[in-house]
Amino acid sequence: MMSGITAYGAYIPRGRLNKQEIAVANSWFDAGLKSLGKGERAICNWDEDSITMAVEAANNCLASKSDNGLSSLYMASTTYPFLDRQNSVVVSEALNLNKELRTMDVGASQRAATSALIALLESSVNGSAMLVASEHRRSKAGSRAEMLWGDAAAAVLVGSDNVIAECLAVETLAVDFVDHYRGEDSSFDYDWEERWIRDEGFMKSVPKVVNNLLESASVTAEQIGHFILPTDQARTPAAMAKALGINPEAVVDNQISEVGVAGAAQPILLLAKTLENAAPGDHILLIGFGQGCDAILFKATDAIKSYSPKLGVSTAIGRRREENNYNKFLSFNNLVERDIGKRGEVDKQTYLSGYNRRKDLLTGFMGGKCRECGTVQIPREKYCVNPECNALDSQDAYSFSDKRGTVATWTADRLTFDWSPPAYFGMVEFEGGGKIMMDFTEVEEGTIDSGSKVSVHFRIRQFDPARGFRKYFWKAVIEE
Amino acid sequence: MASGIKDKVVILGMGCSKFGERWDASPSDLMVEAFEECIEDAGIEREQIEAAWFGAGIDAFNVGSSAMPLAIALRLNYIPVTKVENMCATGTEAFRGAVYAVASGACDIALALGVEKLKDTGYGGLPQRTRGLENDMYWPNLSAPGAFAQLASGYRAKHKLNKEDLKRAMAHVSVKSHANGAKNPKAHLQREITEDQAVNAPFIAEPIGLYDCCGVSDGSACAIVTTPEIARSLGKENLISVKALQLAVSNGTESSHDSWDGSYLKTTRIASQRAYDEAGIRNPKAEITMTEVHDCFSITELVTMEDLQLADEGKGVNAVLDGDFDSDGKTPCQIDGGLKCFGHPIGASGLRMIYENYLQLNGRADKRQLDSPKMGLNHNLGGFPHQNICSISIIGPYN
Repeated sequence: MMSGITAYGAYIPRGRLNKQEIAVANSWFDAGLKSLGKGERAICNWDEDSITMAVEAANNCLASKSDNGLSSLYMASTTYPFLDRQNSVVVSEALNLNKELRTMDVGASQRAATSALIALLESSVNGSAMLVASEHRRSKAGSRAEMLWGDAAAAVLVGSDNVIAECLAVETLAVDFVDHYRGEDSSFDYDWEERWIRDEGFMKSVPKVVNNLLESASVTAEQIGHFILPTDQARTPAAMAKALGINPEAVVDNQISEVGVAGAAQPILLLAKTLENAAPGDHILLIGFGQGCDAILFKATDAIKSYSPKLGVSTAIGRRREENNYNKFLSFNNLVERDIGKRGEVDKQTYLSGYNRRKDLLTGFMGGKCRECGTVQIPREKYCVNPECNALDSQDAYSFSDKRGTVATWTADRLTFDWSPPAYFGMVEFEGGGKIMMDFTEVEEGTIDSGSKVSVHFRIRQFDPARGFRKYFWKAVIEE
Repeated sequence: MASGIKDKVVILGMGCSKFGERWDASPSDLMVEAFEECIEDAGIEREQIEAAWFGAGIDAFNVGSSAMPLAIALRLNYIPVTKVENMCATGTEAFRGAVYAVASGACDIALALGVEKLKDTGYGGLPQRTRGLENDMYWPNLSAPGAFAQLASGYRAKHKLNKEDLKRAMAHVSVKSHANGAKNPKAHLQREITEDQAVNAPFIAEPIGLYDCCGVSDGSACAIVTTPEIARSLGKENLISVKALQLAVSNGTESSHDSWDGSYLKTTRIASQRAYDEAGIRNPKAEITMTEVHDCFSITELVTMEDLQLADEGKGVNAVLDGDFDSDGKTPCQIDGGLKCFGHPIGASGLRMIYENYLQLNGRADKRQLDSPKMGLNHNLGGFPHQNICSISIIGPYN
């Protein structure tokens, strides 16, 4: 028997761009955008990318399981911050996962996540394996893609204990159908006519794969309770269901007017959303489309009744902050050359050798706990910081990434450079001890004061555009 | 127990350039301007200077590292010159080097000079600069006002003040310094302001507004020190001696240990107590006549008054609003305008503070002269509230 899904988690950035603002700004050029200007889409804050969202989704997924002894972590995306530096390893270190983990980045297709999931389902997973899919797709200003896409991440755990959705069958078709592509030297996708993609792409490859899949699993189309066809084509999933004989009510909505289509993360995001609502015995058909097609058939088990995620898709959708400034979206995605002032021009080279020495702090947010006096502290230095102790080399690693904190001091700095001024930062004191001055992110004016409660999150700290590097660190977010 | 520095060294002469946006002047020009006044005041020849300490805080935008810029600018005669840097406390650090050299007997006459050329960056505020390779990787990208604004939030939380009351006291601090600065021809900012102006100015780093910030200035200040005996042999009378010279440097306790709540400056409390002990001062409120403190921001001055024991803890707001530190108050503070209005060329500021107290003690402060001042305290702070360097020097008539 194949293994199945044992847990899931999601992450959707809080920022939601009102699509009417995209239409207002761009329909002078393309009047067709007016009709798309409904609802909203999820947008990364300036300090979020596919890595930071993956950390959030993976964390949310792991938090719902008591046993998180992972054997592997696969990441799927077509928008990796690094083309040559394994992104999944950055994610694993931010999560302080074990160093023996099998890691892999899968990409280059909209079905990257479903292909990775099939690989995990077909391998004999020792313990449990995670797939995290994360996508932050940039699109040209005023494009249809800008209207239809959204940024999000989702993660699932694959294993054979406490399975909430068992995998019944998988099927794949590999066809180089070029509905869109992005070459080595391009920043943006280039695509072809939507109707052609539907007729010659979706309608020709998906039925072939699904029919084979259902036959091998001895399941009929009418039995499918949840049909996931990730696409930014609004009507294609229903048309496909009809063609396949799947009940129209089974079609899972692509959330175009709430989140936007999250690229390679969309299949996993919609799978997570479906698992939230699935009842034991439900059949779930998951498709991944891109250079052919993947199809995976799941059946929800009784265990799904007692499972509740730390953060599921519906909760993630509900945690939102409306953004009505289209210009801010353009800036965050580097789609406009903003005058950032001379303070922003300062060189930001990262000294990789120094960075490597401090990686436990910078990526893992690890401090120390003194064996002599019990004082918890960050950063971890050679001598204990307790003035009554000052013992040498006395500290064991101590994680702060899972600790809540309280704001001791703070300010909103309008002089220093920040991609989204003012820059909020201050001293955070952690439950269980320890404190550090750190950045706050996504602070809404008037919501912060001494005494505010915070949680900490892995975010981009700084870009080094001259060298194509970006630094990450942990930031505090005011709890709602 | 060490005997301390009290009355071992006297000030032979001092000088200070005009502070401000000195578009016309290079660092060398500023150094020469301060030095010319200083050496004339000292009444000696350049060749009599046996050693020098040179302070400049922000190398990358300034003179570069090493002591050579001073030696070259003043054409010093191949004497030992030492470059010192301790952030905004650099000026006092240069003074400390010269004073200790004379006290040790290593030389008879020593020079301390601080300079900073801040207005060559092309933008307002202090230059954007590195905090060191490691700190840059995770410290917030905080500006100086951003760092000290946190002192306001910590102080407000500790003493349960509302934002408006604290802001009004902060405004009073600045209004007072502007009134003082208006009487000082060398000051960068020589215009009076109103409390409303200060309260209503736009935030730079909440709750610090434009008028809560000191001037970012070009300038230089300079001192020549010697022993009382040599000063007398040179014909000097009414000598001004160093009563105390203390330095306390954060060791990371404030930034990483729960014992500090962010509402005060630990180093100021430690350094000032040591200085009072060194100077034999038992009751600072009664014995300190005037202060020049590191009012980089209005909130810093307010909190510093408590840390120096010149206001009761938690009562700084009342003391400020009662006018205790105004020019006609109990202990006038920033009688020359302070960092706020005289200006803050980093490496020169500590020496500029001593310069004002020196003028006051000599009765040479012109329109802003206080009645019979006796003991002047200088408080020079480098860094941020959670990690900093505090210098305290006290000068007074040599007995």
